[in-house]
Amino acid sequence: MTRSVRTRSRRSVQVAALGAAALLALSACSSSDDSSSAKSGASQSGSGTKVSGDITVFAAASLKESFTTLGKDFEKAHPGTKVTFSFGGSDSLAASITGGAPADVFASASPKTMKVVTDAKDNADAPATFVRNQLEIATLPGNPDKVASLKDLTGKDLKVVLCDKTVPCGAAAEKALTASKLKLTPVSYEEDVKSALNKVVLKEADAAVVYRTDVRAAGDKVEGVEFPESADAINAYPIALLKESKNTETAKAFIALVRSAEGQKVLTSAGFLQP
Amino acid sequence: MTETGTPGAAAGLDARLVVERGPFHLDVTLAAAPGDVVALLGPNGAGKTTALRALAGLVPLSAGHLRLDGAELDGTPPESRPVGVVFQDYLLFPHLSALDNVAFGPRCHGASRAAARAQAAVWLERLDLTAHASAKPRRLSGGQAQRVALARALATHPRLLLLDEPLAALDARTRLEVRAQLRHHLAEFEAVAVLVTHDPLDAMVLADRLVVVEDGRIVQEGTPAHIARHPRTDYIAHLVGLNLYRGEAEGHTVRVEGGAEVTTTEDLTGPVFVAFPPSAVTLHRDRPTGSSARNLWRCEVAGLETHGDQIRAALTGPLPLAADLTTIAAAELDLHPGATVWATVKATQTHAYPA
Amino acid sequence: MTLRSPGRADATDTLTGGPQRRRASGFGGSRRARGGAPLPLLVPALIGLAFLTLPLVALLIRAPWRSMPELLTSPEVWQALRLSLVCATAATAVSLVIGVPLAWLLARVEFPGRGLVRALVTLPLVLPPVVGGVALLMALGRNGVVGKWLDSWFGVTLPFTTTGVVIAEAFVAMPFLVISVEGTLRAADPRYEEAAATLGASRFTAFRRVTLPLIAPGVAAGAVLAWARALGEFGATITFAGNFPGRTQTMPLAVYLALQNDPESAIALSLVLLAVSVAVLAGLRDRWMSAS
Repeated sequence: MTRSVRTRSRRSVQVAALGAAALLALSACSSSDDSSSAKSGASQSGSGTKVSGDITVFAAASLKESFTTLGKDFEKAHPGTKVTFSFGGSDSLAASITGGAPADVFASASPKTMKVVTDAKDNADAPATFVRNQLEIATLPGNPDKVASLKDLTGKDLKVVLCDKTVPCGAAAEKALTASKLKLTPVSYEEDVKSALNKVVLKEADAAVVYRTDVRAAGDKVEGVEFPESADAINAYPIALLKESKNTETAKAFIALVRSAEGQKVLTSAGFLQP
Repeated sequence: MTETGTPGAAAGLDARLVVERGPFHLDVTLAAAPGDVVALLGPNGAGKTTALRALAGLVPLSAGHLRLDGAELDGTPPESRPVGVVFQDYLLFPHLSALDNVAFGPRCHGASRAAARAQAAVWLERLDLTAHASAKPRRLSGGQAQRVALARALATHPRLLLLDEPLAALDARTRLEVRAQLRHHLAEFEAVAVLVTHDPLDAMVLADRLVVVEDGRIVQEGTPAHIARHPRTDYIAHLVGLNLYRGEAEGHTVRVEGGAEVTTTEDLTGPVFVAFPPSAVTLHRDRPTGSSARNLWRCEVAGLETHGDQIRAALTGPLPLAADLTTIAAAELDLHPGATVWATVKATQTHAYPA
Repeated sequence: MTLRSPGRADATDTLTGGPQRRRASGFGGSRRARGGAPLPLLVPALIGLAFLTLPLVALLIRAPWRSMPELLTSPEVWQALRLSLVCATAATAVSLVIGVPLAWLLARVEFPGRGLVRALVTLPLVLPPVVGGVALLMALGRNGVVGKWLDSWFGVTLPFTTTGVVIAEAFVAMPFLVISVEGTLRAADPRYEEAAATLGASRFTAFRRVTLPLIAPGVAAGAVLAWARALGEFGATITFAGNFPGRTQTMPLAVYLALQNDPESAIALSLVLLAVSVAVLAGLRDRWMSAS
């Protein structure tokens, strides 16, 4: 998942959290890729306004497909640039950023995880919502259990997986359930949206409450069911320039691309909603 | 527990052991009646231990047969054979007490825990080990461990007892004592015993019959005395070249069977063995006068055999003797069958030990 | 060893004569061997020790001691801890029952492809645990190769159950036990089994009454390793058994999920897990492993 992250030590207040993450071998793994800096050496010393050089973008896992496309588009439009992505759980990424990971841009799957970064004052500009994501029910292909609403999932015989409350998709699902006064006991609270979806892909669970974009990305392995209650739990994705950025102009240009009509087209085709 | 097999079948051991392992080829034929003690004697790598393992069923036969009391054992797994083994380093189970080591066999043969222990206690008493019943093997001396191993093997009432280098793991002093005890116990054993050793003294003391194995084949077999006096190969000549007598000791003098007396350095009383190598015997044409040798016998040459540059002379007289001398010395003495010679042996070159 | 009178021994223990005399005696020799580790060994050893303990020390330093009492009295924590201990112990038991015979097979029976089988046994060691969990789903899941039949014949589904946790942990932990026991078996003298056979013991009896007691220290060491690995298991467990408090949420899962939005409590939970495992391992070590 991670293409390239260079790490360097910084203030140590958050190092404990990062250390704990590393200890448990759960953090988004990091590796160095020095070829990027060598490649861009020629255009490195240009004027501040010129869009060139390398940037590193930390982005929520659900953005992987669309951002990879946008990164290629960006490099094509601005020769001499290189966009390196690190995709992962928004919370792990936020912990890395507050722990000193050198990133230029952070695109998070929830305002809450973005708040971790802004609370640490690691952002350079105000976060802006660039897309929204809606929950959908992922069912087995052909929807054999005839699931049509969130309420249908509360039936005793269905094996339903939800995301854990500590991750955005779980928080959103809980919000929707609370709003519709439903009580749903899943077989498992999964650690992230992809594992929740995978349980349905592998046919271990009958249904999962995940994002629309995830259902779209899974193709015909699952069937998406929109449900009315999801309107109560639409997740906003904020994006922000980071204080640590060494190449703010290029980073700003990338954020602009994401928020442009062209960028929105790529994102909506992956299932995201416009902000 | 195993009674003699089908009526009319020969009691005892009747085996032809063929084991092929790569370039190594073992082919020995063994036969023994109940009560016999047979020693397989030979240099290291001769195949003695392989033969023993084949008898125990730990190595499969490539060909041949193995009948014990008339029953064919080839193909029978080791646990189903009425065979007991005393291993070279005893292999007492280190986690079990002496008593439980001995009770292990009876337990495996279906006795209850209490019954097996009761049987084991009897065996320990018979081997004078009662005081060590609760001791773990690592607390036993070499001689005690050897006896526990013997008790353990005998406790299953085997019809064939196998002993692999039973004395090799002992130091020289313990060895004398244990050898005498073992001889006593083997003499009491009513079924066939086969022991493997590379030590001619052990073989001659313990066994009624020697089978000399070299390179996987039997090169000679017979009584210890016969083999000692008529060795058929150089190896045997060197190995079993030993004058060995049984007798009654009184101080430094041993009166051997036949009436002759041998003077020794050891001070002993009662039944003993006395031994010396053929090279310790010096021959003289005439009765020596100035010799300091305490043992002097008048003998007659019964036979001469040449082995390399050595000649072994078989002598008769007050006691049968084998003497080694060089071909030159033999020529000077004009040795020939029927010639009369004087034989001397220094007391310091004899070796006496309790029987 | 020669014995000297206590008076003489004391008398030699002076500033001038002491050390040399002492070195000459058997007791002094062993004392010296224990105390005087050579530098080329001592330095890396201390670095190794620091390397292993420093992260734990950091965890202790940064632990939110003030909120500890509150955390430790929460029933969820105890629930997760209890489940962890129960599942790790059950996984160790499963590993013992099927892993020890497997180790015996690998060590004592020659069969074609033994090297390959040995490599397969150690596979879970190199497999990322999450992949292991996915593999378990494919094998034993509701739609898995074998799980399909378990479901349709017996109505048994393993994912999302406590049994599933035990299976996932055993899958990851058993190789430690098998490798440890196989090594001990190889070092053990197989002739003891032969001796047992000549006394009338079947191969199984020989294994049970002779081999097993002989290799007990190795089995204990392997079981401890397996238990520790099972206790810390995360990836295969969450993938195969999911995460549901009280049923499949073990401590590592609770720690991971707490880490998502409350790193402080994650540290506190890890410390609880560490403290309990250190207590258990130290207790077992004194009891089982110091005997040899």
